[in-house]
Amino acid sequence: MPNGELPMPGLSSAHASGAPVISAHHLDLTFQTNDGPVHALKDVSLDIEKGDFVSFIGPSGCGKTTFLRCMADLEQPTGGTITVNGTTAENARKARAYGYVFQAAGLYPWRTIGGNIKLPLEIMGYSKPEQTERMQRVLDLVELSGFENKFPWQLSGGMQQRASIARALAFDADILLMDEPFGALDEIVRDHLNEQLLKLWARTEKTIAFVTHSIPEAVYLSTKIVVMSPRPGRITDVIESPLPKERPLDIRETPEFLEVAHRVREGLRAGHQDD
Amino acid sequence: MKSFVPVCTVVLFIFGFWYLAAIWLNAPWAYDKATRAGVELTTSELVADTWSQEKPKLPAPHQVAVEIWNTTVEKNITSKRSLIYHSWITLSATLLGFVLGTGLGILLAVGIVYNRVMDRSVMPWVITSQTIPILALAPMIIVVLNAVGISGLLPKAMISMYLSFFPVVVGMVKGLRSPEVMQLDQMRTWNASASQTFWRLRLPASMPFLFASLKVGVAASLVGAIVGELPTGAVAGLGARLLAGSYYGQTIQIWSALIMAAALAALLVSLVGIVQRVTLKRMGMV
Repeated sequence: MPNGELPMPGLSSAHASGAPVISAHHLDLTFQTNDGPVHALKDVSLDIEKGDFVSFIGPSGCGKTTFLRCMADLEQPTGGTITVNGTTAENARKARAYGYVFQAAGLYPWRTIGGNIKLPLEIMGYSKPEQTERMQRVLDLVELSGFENKFPWQLSGGMQQRASIARALAFDADILLMDEPFGALDEIVRDHLNEQLLKLWARTEKTIAFVTHSIPEAVYLSTKIVVMSPRPGRITDVIESPLPKERPLDIRETPEFLEVAHRVREGLRAGHQDD
Repeated sequence: MKSFVPVCTVVLFIFGFWYLAAIWLNAPWAYDKATRAGVELTTSELVADTWSQEKPKLPAPHQVAVEIWNTTVEKNITSKRSLIYHSWITLSATLLGFVLGTGLGILLAVGIVYNRVMDRSVMPWVITSQTIPILALAPMIIVVLNAVGISGLLPKAMISMYLSFFPVVVGMVKGLRSPEVMQLDQMRTWNASASQTFWRLRLPASMPFLFASLKVGVAASLVGAIVGELPTGAVAGLGARLLAGSYYGQTIQIWSALIMAAALAALLVSLVGIVQRVTLKRMGMV
């Protein structure tokens, strides 16, 4: 493997001391388009601590996906700094510091579910037995054991998205970046996956950054909710959730939950009045 | 089996039309002979004559069938009069040209997809190459290659290659570019190298496009091999049979060579189809 000599991802000493896992300072990103510059991000500063579950919520064009893509080194900011695991986003990407889950599952139709999950492992140069062992383990985590020899088209949309989460978990990245992973799924499947994701988060102790359109989803999942607003894309509110770590689905009917949801909604409305 | 009845209906219709056309086109010669012999033709005599002339304008299907039977089953395949022998000459040039054309097409497509300079410069030439009539170009290729001492199979295969690389380039460029931005981003998040992205994503994604191109390419390749035999005084091959037939007015021979070429093309295209089905099924893409 040409990339075999790269350091294996894992706990680096940089954030063992309690330094933030992801840290953005005065981040700016301006796209040059034919209609003039578009300010996707303007003066965005945020720290994400180890073990946090941070949701980004806001209307289309508020830069939440762009922010996530900056963390993943898929976009380059035009101003400010961003560090991931104490180093640049590019170095973190090259060290395979994060798993990224896109809105579409993006499984390869010519690979089985098992083959799809092994794909990043093959690329990263894991040995064959280790690939199989890890594949089985993450399939078990997302409750898809026994489906490794099925092709993606034989699975429902929700199962495909679970497989894509398993793929992002297969290598030892401590960070999970999720860009509206359940956006295309129906409400019932979504509830189920949200519940599973929380369990998974509790079991794996990963740091998760999660982009969503849905207020209940953001409040239900997060320890920290980042409300963003568009033109220019910026952070308007950061809400620390008072909800306990243990969250059954019916927590969504409690006054605490509704209060947080209310504050998120207020934040979103305030952002809109600026236009 | 559901298509059996419609296919048979179409075939029957074609044969009916063919026999009628044979009567119509060959009748003048039949009347001519009758006038010279001073006899009057009945309708049944006329029909019988138009379907059994030695050098008809349009031979009847059974005449072609008998000719094909005589020149395939009845002849030793090493004989110069065996249609199998001539088909094999053409087929070998077709296959060599097809392999060369496919290789060249894939190489060019990879270059075009990965290299900006090639993307800008090669594609216009590829398209221009196909606007030159192959009939005009074929003798030049044969003559030039002959001058540098290359003759026999290879010049014909070059003409086949010239026709068959084009669909492969066009299809493979599209195929190699078929992965979505999201899938390429995903590769980037895993820090995959360019070659890993090629072998694991771009190449498998291009397979359905490749096979569609190969079907067009193999048929074009056969046309190329036949065209390569036509203007060059080739002594063997289906093209040579067509040429000799037209020199001596042997329409039955021309038609049997044509039918043979068509059968060969059908065979080649369906062979590619079988490989396609097996490959895509193994890839789980059917």
